Amino acid sequence: MSVNEARRARPTPKTILIWTAVALVGAVSWGMVALSRGEEISAIWLVAAALGSYAIAYRFYSRFIARRVLKVDDSRATPAERHDDGIDYQPTDRRVLFGHHFAAIAGAGPLVGPVLAAQMGYLPGTLWIVVGVIFAGAVQDMIVLFLSMRRDGKTLGQMARDEIGRVGGAAALIAVLAIMIILLAVLALVVVNALAASPWGTFSVAMTIPIALFMGFYMRYLRPGRVLETSLIGVVLLLFAIVGGGWVDNSSWAETFTWSPTTLVLCLVGYGFVASVLPVWMLLAPRDYLSTFMKIGTIVLLAVGVVVTAPMLKNDAVTPFASSGAGPVFAGSLFPFLFITIACGALSGFHALVSSGTTPKLIQKESQVRLIGYGAMLMESFVAVMALIAASILDPGLYYAMNAPAGLLGTTVESASQAVANLGFTISPEDLAAAARSVEEQSLIARTGGAPTLAFGMAEIFSGVFGGHAMKAFWYHFAIMFEALFILTTVDAGTRVGRFMLQDMLGNIWKPIGRVTWKPGIWITSAVIVGLWGYFLYVGATDPLGGINQLFPLFGIANQLLAAIALTVCTTLLIKSGRLRWAWVTGIPLAWDVAVTFTAGWQKIFHSNPKIGFFAQRQLYADALDDGKILAPAKSLDDMETVMLNSTVNGVTMIIFLVLVALVIGHAALICVRAVRSPQPLPTTETPYVESTIIVPAARSKVLAGASTGQADRE
Amino acid sequence: MRAHSRAAALLGPLTRLLRGVRWYLREISGTADYERYCRRHEERHPGEPVPTRRDYERHLTRHREANPQGRCC
Repeated sequence: MSVNEARRARPTPKTILIWTAVALVGAVSWGMVALSRGEEISAIWLVAAALGSYAIAYRFYSRFIARRVLKVDDSRATPAERHDDGIDYQPTDRRVLFGHHFAAIAGAGPLVGPVLAAQMGYLPGTLWIVVGVIFAGAVQDMIVLFLSMRRDGKTLGQMARDEIGRVGGAAALIAVLAIMIILLAVLALVVVNALAASPWGTFSVAMTIPIALFMGFYMRYLRPGRVLETSLIGVVLLLFAIVGGGWVDNSSWAETFTWSPTTLVLCLVGYGFVASVLPVWMLLAPRDYLSTFMKIGTIVLLAVGVVVTAPMLKNDAVTPFASSGAGPVFAGSLFPFLFITIACGALSGFHALVSSGTTPKLIQKESQVRLIGYGAMLMESFVAVMALIAASILDPGLYYAMNAPAGLLGTTVESASQAVANLGFTISPEDLAAAARSVEEQSLIARTGGAPTLAFGMAEIFSGVFGGHAMKAFWYHFAIMFEALFILTTVDAGTRVGRFMLQDMLGNIWKPIGRVTWKPGIWITSAVIVGLWGYFLYVGATDPLGGINQLFPLFGIANQLLAAIALTVCTTLLIKSGRLRWAWVTGIPLAWDVAVTFTAGWQKIFHSNPKIGFFAQRQLYADALDDGKILAPAKSLDDMETVMLNSTVNGVTMIIFLVLVALVIGHAALICVRAVRSPQPLPTTETPYVESTIIVPAARSKVLAGASTGQADRE
Repeated sequence: MRAHSRAAALLGPLTRLLRGVRWYLREISGTADYERYCRRHEERHPGEPVPTRRDYERHLTRHREANPQGRCC
């Protein structure tokens, strides 16, 4: 028995004591969160419950997956070591790679989803964010990362094609592209809803474009490669832009920057196209740096703020909407709609695209998939918990006044106050007006999409630590700008990735369009991608029913369907590589995810309640139109027709998604059956073993050095 | 003497921390990449001139142009 194994076998009394304490803290906190009824509790309990659970899950479950299921082997050279070319492939310090990977997976999703999910209370949301990440989200990220690493960094689409077959692979590729379009549209819609009629926010966000251009030219011509210095200048300019927004808001320029949703849509579409065809150094790369630093800085600030101010949760643990399914923010019952609304913080299919591709080419040692895949996702989940806290410390009356659709709330503080009272909550017209004044916005009524609510909650927390009430408006717009900044970065990068995918697919049919250097090809494919998400964005921004509550379920289902594809690939590969007994590790989350997404999708298509089923909604409006009636919130016959068209498009999109994913899962199931029946293991595309020559100091990877098939067993 | 060593004992962890922060920021932002590239180049192609920082960054940008990385939602 090696030294490592001896160390593994006998836990010291100290470690037993520490882990017992961690388990106790977690259990007591969960008890506080779950059992308190009718009285306000401190947000600290949510933080402690989450952190305690993460610690236990990381220490025990992720280690079990690494050792038993994946059999990571640190004596095996990773692609980074074998192909080390200093650019694409290079062994990267695990802490640095953790940062890169986290920055790539964390975005607006974990911030927006939980805010909307707060409609059902903080308890169901927190439970799913924590349980979901431990057993589904982090598992998916880690295993996809591992599988891609064992295949020289192949993408999810390539792995699906190689391992599931051509039809399944093609369906997966088309599904990935289609799902991405909806994701981009909904994210952009969050920005539109946050900036509409807000001159302060619009000015600050618009300023990020000249700032990024300046940074781009500075880094290209004046100080090549000085990212830190340039980003520091950028961040300072950005803070000035926020302060400047306040001045603009109080000046005669306010009018110039008060834009309607339609104007904002056109600007975003135009911007997305330009960003996709311009060289990356000019706009995309500097924005990316800026957004990464802002993202990490703000998340740290939020964590510190929550711990220092220890705010009380004003939201109920479980609201009546959890059982009635009649909430104004999103319609439908807790199962399945809570799980698709939270999306990214617990399980995000999009992460599988990041975990296959760039990150696996940079891993130094196999055992590090645990820190990078599992660990980074735990951190993302923690961000989601904080977003849920930020939404839950708001007065519920204000929460519903901000998040119910405009059609329900009307346009005045009086009508909104009345509508909120009809929902069973209270906020007086004066309080509502005062809340808007406190952040220097004209109105907070129906500021849907999650971003303004989160910004308001963050402003409460931040102003409790820095600057007090006087700084609240600054912090509100700081939070808006920070969300808009990294949503726009996602939209830029996503448009570009989508353009490459489309060029790749169309290149099979017509060669020239696939060439990445042929300008017309770039323009055409960029225009197609931008046009597609631009269409859904426009639909969302102009929908008489309030676009976000129509499109957000589509977004959530799309993201979770992508996760279903990723988990299918993982499960198939586990079975193909002779690990049937461990297939439940991804099989159970897959079964759950399929149950959630297909139930939600089915209800979105066939439900007889027009608030849930797209086609029932279409029918309701079509019948009214036949009778010559106009149904609120539609105001004209045109509105009625718009609702009918939108419902049809959304419903058909839903059907296409479900069919594509069912196709992938069906093909994968056939392969799995074949693999189980086959006397010899089916061929997989794993690259052969090469011995590693990189020596990592023992302290860093002692836990997994030579796990199972590795060095220790052979000794 | 003792006061000095006590100050050093206090400063030790602090400078280590600051050095660590600086290292991390330089690594994660990619500022340190060029130096590593130069070392590599000298190891693998001794005697050959090392590309300038500007050339290196342009090469990197061209590479990024052709290999877009998605950002998550």
